[in-house]
Amino acid sequence: MRLPLLTSVLSAALLSACTQKEPPKTANANAAPAAKPQPYSRDPFPSTYRRYAGAVTAITGATIFDGEGGRIDNGTVVLADGVVQAVGGADIAVPEGATRIDGTGKFVTPGIIDIHSHLGDYPSPSVEAHQDGNEVTGPVRPEVWAEHSVWPQDPGFTRALANGGVTSLHVLPGSANLFGGRGVTLKNVPGRTMQQMKFPGAPYSLKMACGENPKRVYGGRNQMPASRMANIALMRQTWARAAEYKRRWDKYERDGGEMPTRELANDTLRGVLAGEILVQNHCYRADEMANIMDMAKEFGYKVSAFHHAVESYKIADLLKAHGACSAMWADWYGFKMEAYDGVTENIPLVHTAGACAIVHSDDANGIQRLNQEAAKALAAGRRIGINIPDEIAWTWLSYNPAKALGIADRTGSLRQGKMADVTLWNGHPFSVYTRPERVWVDGALMYDSGDPRRRPVTDFELGQPGEGDVK
Amino acid sequence: MKNLLKGAGALLLALASSTALGQTVAITGGTVALGDGSEPIEGGTVVIRDGRIVAAGRGVAIPAGAQRVDATGKWVTPGIIAGFSRVGLVEVDAVNSTNDVSASNSPFGAAIDIVPAINPRATPIAINRAGGITRAVVAPGTSRSIFAGQGAVIDLGDDMKAVTRARAFQFVELGETGANEAGGSRASAHVLFRNALREARDLSRYSSSIGGGGGQREPSANDQRDFPLEEVPDNRLLSAGATRSDDVLLTRFDAAALVPVLLGRQLLLVHVERASDILQVLALKREFPRLRLVLVGASEGWTVARDIATAGVPVIANALNDLPSTFEQLAATQSNVARMKAAGINVALGMINDDEARQVRLARQQAGNLVAIGRVPGASGLSWGQALAAITSAPAEALGMGGELGSLRPGRRADVVVWDGDPFENSSVAEIVLIDGVQQPLENRQTKLRDRYRTPTEGAMPKAYDR
Repeated sequence: MRLPLLTSVLSAALLSACTQKEPPKTANANAAPAAKPQPYSRDPFPSTYRRYAGAVTAITGATIFDGEGGRIDNGTVVLADGVVQAVGGADIAVPEGATRIDGTGKFVTPGIIDIHSHLGDYPSPSVEAHQDGNEVTGPVRPEVWAEHSVWPQDPGFTRALANGGVTSLHVLPGSANLFGGRGVTLKNVPGRTMQQMKFPGAPYSLKMACGENPKRVYGGRNQMPASRMANIALMRQTWARAAEYKRRWDKYERDGGEMPTRELANDTLRGVLAGEILVQNHCYRADEMANIMDMAKEFGYKVSAFHHAVESYKIADLLKAHGACSAMWADWYGFKMEAYDGVTENIPLVHTAGACAIVHSDDANGIQRLNQEAAKALAAGRRIGINIPDEIAWTWLSYNPAKALGIADRTGSLRQGKMADVTLWNGHPFSVYTRPERVWVDGALMYDSGDPRRRPVTDFELGQPGEGDVK
Repeated sequence: MKNLLKGAGALLLALASSTALGQTVAITGGTVALGDGSEPIEGGTVVIRDGRIVAAGRGVAIPAGAQRVDATGKWVTPGIIAGFSRVGLVEVDAVNSTNDVSASNSPFGAAIDIVPAINPRATPIAINRAGGITRAVVAPGTSRSIFAGQGAVIDLGDDMKAVTRARAFQFVELGETGANEAGGSRASAHVLFRNALREARDLSRYSSSIGGGGGQREPSANDQRDFPLEEVPDNRLLSAGATRSDDVLLTRFDAAALVPVLLGRQLLLVHVERASDILQVLALKREFPRLRLVLVGASEGWTVARDIATAGVPVIANALNDLPSTFEQLAATQSNVARMKAAGINVALGMINDDEARQVRLARQQAGNLVAIGRVPGASGLSWGQALAAITSAPAEALGMGGELGSLRPGRRADVVVWDGDPFENSSVAEIVLIDGVQQPLENRQTKLRDRYRTPTEGAMPKAYDR
């Protein structure tokens, strides 16, 4: 799902200039001509990401998980011009002059995509001055954007790359609010600015949260919501107003006339109702997810993914029917009441019911081992007779999160013409003994375990003890 | 659906489930890892009698009449010890009424003894037992004092007698957390610490004047011998006769609790991360020479490893800290543990993080990661045997209980786990767990929830009737 063509402030200004010279014809010739509509920009902080230089590269003799469930033994992957040129068996032609990498005994996968991260918003060091992930001043804050809190110098990005093989990640606001604000998808490359990391053309998300957090934060201030029922009530009231806002603005952008009042919060909600912005909904309990799905149906949107979703296994059939993914940990449980019923079989149970399963981290350490989290869940499933092949399980780590982020047409699997976001592992990526050996983002080698110069060091770590260490 | 662990069924039947007392058991044919740092032995045997290890290794004679458990294709290790945890103190972290880690409104610090808070029926006990964790070092947390109180070593067995050793150590914070609790600076934390030990010294003088105080022996500084006995509080120090000067900050209970620390009869676990803080802790021994120190945390330990090694102080470290999550962990790296080990330090793994109360079962995954990192150029990893030791014998030795726990060497308590594969692998699971030779149930809330929802749709009756 792509964003509609971006309308810049400049083009809006030009349109406005035209209007003055040549008033548009209106249906009613007697009425005063309506001013031509001036849509607001959907992309005022455009991505300035550009792919870094990459050599034509061929990895041969490796086991390939293509990210969409395919597996090729003794496979070849060719990367050039930022994209996957070819994926196949030993018969794939290696272009002349290509850098050849012997992948014997190694595995090639699409780079991992973490759909739930707060890197940059809750960066290391975790000091008070860095707590930028929750706008805890009101339960309805769809106007804030996580990207404006992203600190590109968070050392966590580099660990996710080098230890985790993570090539893209979705940074979300926290879950203190019912409507937490917009999330942003980043390419996991260092940048001086957030815009340099921003995944070009990726849709925004809206972070929503149900359950304990919003009612605890605001209930503790004797303010709505103080209960789960108030969570839903306030969400519905907000959607109802957003629908009205959308009607006003849809009409204006179609017919022109007097420009309605601009509300940044409602811009986000309107984007959801228009299908341009995807809902990522923090929710733990099965019964609450069911309530959220009914509410989504009432207001005409879909939940792209439930995040944390520790009880998805109880309603995997309902999640499948709604078409919502579940982004889950492998084995977290019990840290709060609504996480009490977590089980390690959650991910395979969701998968085997035909619903969409994603492994997520929500954690600066966990993001470094998402492959191992998948492996634990996979093994737990097999022990109860859910025999999912390794290469299918890899969909939890790249294709499914890409799908739930609206970028699966560009990344998340090794298909010809897609972004060359690739991780080469020094063994089976579901083994505890395996680490990323090299990581490419858009065909550029951003990490090479054998080359200390291909290991990013953030500004924060320069001149500090341990600068440039293997970490 | 009721018996999903069919693969383990045959093995489970092999062992009587009630008690192992008076019974000899031989676990044969498995890959045996002793936990003492040595590498695994294929085709090894482990012999257990009366809840203790008789012998383990290759070529071990199987006593006549021993009950045999065939572990061919399996791995056999000592039970895993959580080197630092809050297991048994918490049911749900964020539900205050079920969380006994710290007491923010208590007038006491050092005097707190964690034993009354330990709940052997806390669900994390059963869940982590199923993960092959058999013992845990359980520490209270600080809140208004740099002294958290006295921690214990417990077992994770399915019975109401959890405590292996009460009052095994005193736990103190002397880094960022300690500074915060001392009013805002590390310097203040150190003065508070020194003042507290001064008050303990005043009481200990009274104690020796009445000829006592449980001083069973005079341990030399940081020897690796086990502590033979549990520390028993000397109630005479709490009596009116035990005079104190007017110039005191500590309650009488707190001062009395620090006497065994001062005299080196009770271990002092100190949480610090920054290199300079580590050196300051080691320097405390100049003023208090009998202190038996164990460093907890020590994320920057590798940068001062030689000093720690020279002091002979063991370390309980987080395995995988590699972020500068605080300014006291700037040099954090996953190579920390192996670098300290290479410098000659006894390093155990602990959970000095949010996994402390529920997820100590992650210890084996962490140990595996420390092996894995050895293959990354420039990093330092552990050998497989060293990694197992870091979650078995090393924590036992750090707690002064290496003769009792943590390995399959003769005489140790028979905490034994049979795994269906390499215990570090993400795909492996514990099939048999013995604690003191007694086979443990591996069912828990999670396995029951899993079984109930193997298919999410309901049958003729609601799920509540399905069990």
